[in-house]
Amino acid sequence: MQDKTRTVLTLALAAAGLVATAAHAQEKVKIGLVTDMSGLYADLEGKNGAIAMQMAIDDFGGKVLGQPIELLTADHQNKPDIAASKAREWIDTQGVTMVFGGTNSGTALATAKVAAEKKRVYFNNGAGTSVLTNEQCSPYTVHYAYDTVALAKGTGSAVVDRGGKSWFFLTADYAFGHALEADTTTVVKAKGGTVVGAVRHPLSASDFSSFLLQAQNSKAQILGLANAGGDTINAIKAAREFGINKSMKIAGLLVFLTDIHSLGLKNTEGLLHTTSWYWDRNDASRQFGQRFFEKTKRMPTDVQAADYSAVTTYLKAVQTAKTTDSDKVMAELKRMKIDDFYGKGYIREDGSFIHDMYLVEAKSQAESKKPWDYLKVIATLPGEQIFTTKAETKCALWK
Amino acid sequence: MTVTLPALLSQLLLGLVNGSFYAMLSLGLAVIFGLLGVINFAHGALFMMGAVIAWMGATYWSINYWVMLLLAPLLVGAFGIVIERLLLRRIYRLDPLYGLLLTLGLTLLIEGAFRSAYGVSGLGYDTPELLEGATSVGFMMLPNYRAWVVAVSVAVCLATWFLIEKTRLGAYLRAGTENPRLVEAFGINVPLMVMLTYGFGVALAAFAGVLAAPVIQVTPLMGQNLIIVVFAVVVIGGMGSIMGSVLTGLGLGVIEGLTKVFYPEASSTVVFLIMVVVLLVRPAGLFGKEA
Repeated sequence: MQDKTRTVLTLALAAAGLVATAAHAQEKVKIGLVTDMSGLYADLEGKNGAIAMQMAIDDFGGKVLGQPIELLTADHQNKPDIAASKAREWIDTQGVTMVFGGTNSGTALATAKVAAEKKRVYFNNGAGTSVLTNEQCSPYTVHYAYDTVALAKGTGSAVVDRGGKSWFFLTADYAFGHALEADTTTVVKAKGGTVVGAVRHPLSASDFSSFLLQAQNSKAQILGLANAGGDTINAIKAAREFGINKSMKIAGLLVFLTDIHSLGLKNTEGLLHTTSWYWDRNDASRQFGQRFFEKTKRMPTDVQAADYSAVTTYLKAVQTAKTTDSDKVMAELKRMKIDDFYGKGYIREDGSFIHDMYLVEAKSQAESKKPWDYLKVIATLPGEQIFTTKAETKCALWK
Repeated sequence: MTVTLPALLSQLLLGLVNGSFYAMLSLGLAVIFGLLGVINFAHGALFMMGAVIAWMGATYWSINYWVMLLLAPLLVGAFGIVIERLLLRRIYRLDPLYGLLLTLGLTLLIEGAFRSAYGVSGLGYDTPELLEGATSVGFMMLPNYRAWVVAVSVAVCLATWFLIEKTRLGAYLRAGTENPRLVEAFGINVPLMVMLTYGFGVALAAFAGVLAAPVIQVTPLMGQNLIIVVFAVVVIGGMGSIMGSVLTGLGLGVIEGLTKVFYPEASSTVVFLIMVVVLLVRPAGLFGKEA
């Protein structure tokens, strides 16, 4: 009896395998986006990120290699196990040809591992950790928008150059916060600055006052916020309430347009940070911003703009390679030149998309002339310098 | 790391501020559980509703903080009464688990609705002008608003305790939950009393929400982050014990504050560690009566 059950099971599994192979043979392009759709990072990408991706698919004509393009989405709730099992399920049963990981570094590292093991193309936007293209780099990973190294070099050097020599970090206690703190520390020390201390807070902590008082007691000049989204918002709000913004200067290491929108310029004026894109920078970016606004009633964050660009880049690679085969698509991705409203550059051997980033500062209320007019671009940071360099890399693919 | 005395004192004070929120929320939960036997999982969502309504008042109708401090709890209390009449009333005879599931479902609905309307980054709510600024208390600059939070929540908690434990109305309430038939025989409208109790419990949550609005960003998730801790507080204090939940709330706020100094990584787990220990040693909670 038991033998019979086993035989039936084996047959069923074999059949499932056949279905999966058949789906693959059709060359249908399926993109699976797994990101935070409901938690503290949902505004900076979330469902509007999926809308940007769908815009890219529609603009591409909805088809590639004669087959319709399909977008699947899932909410990982900031849990790495959910993200990884969703990616596994999509690859095994849905024939997803590209897994798209969104915000949260913990989930990104877990999903990238699954994609590498299954040899499936993996894109990420929004997860910061530089580990994705460094210690844990994979031939199937493309890290598109930014990473903690670029953010650290951008904001870290600008702040030290302006006299902010001593730092105290307020760090989100998981992969992303740790990477951002470590990468910024390296930059600060290389520039002759010092790090006097750090306090690590749990993800989505509701009260920051206690951590901020510790920061204030450290007597450091600069409070480096190595966190993101809702955590950055609450930290800045509490810093203002306790007057810490008067004794220390706040450096937001990862700040999104939605954070500034929600805090208001009154609370954020002068906040120096690094971004990969800003809607009001040139005609092409304004045009995309406007189209996105019409659909969502919000201007896009840099992650959402990157979502559009990344999907387009992937579809172009599939079209040129004339296949969805991961190895061939990856080869094409690393060969092609990218030049669109989001950025201009190329995907390097380690999987980083090398493009310029921007040092920006939040405007004052008087400087802001129209809705969503929040930032002024202070400097363009060249891609070749801002991302990990050959001398710094620990990625085995790029040695 | 060396911790100086002023630093320690200021952390204790901040812990007390957070403890006030725990106390107000766990008080409402304890009242509802004690008198209705319902584990009100929607408490966090109703706390959030209080804060969002305060924001809506300020943004759409320019109603100030002080008015909203009364108006928001009334509105949310009325909403609670609707929930009680339409839904909760039907499940009093069932296992408490049904109440938990029902209110969890309500939480998901309420939070989902606000999330799709306002997103998660949240809405800014300014501190009322009267309470802006900070006062030196010797070892630290204490923002005036935080001092107000501690004062008003301790007052509200004490008033509630007095009302339920020391007045005739409170005696009716307690009797009504012990033996509803007998109390009804004396001509007291028990279902009405229970309905108003639920309304009062959730109004307390909304009141705490309005108090919290200037301190933490008003977002659909603000209740979710707090409610799990508050449940732990109620369990530690003892289900249904009113004074117990108030004292436990304040005490745990302080312990959590100290953890933030000595081992910040554990600050979100310390409450649950204490819960485990308390449940092992005193399953009915610190202030609960052993069955």
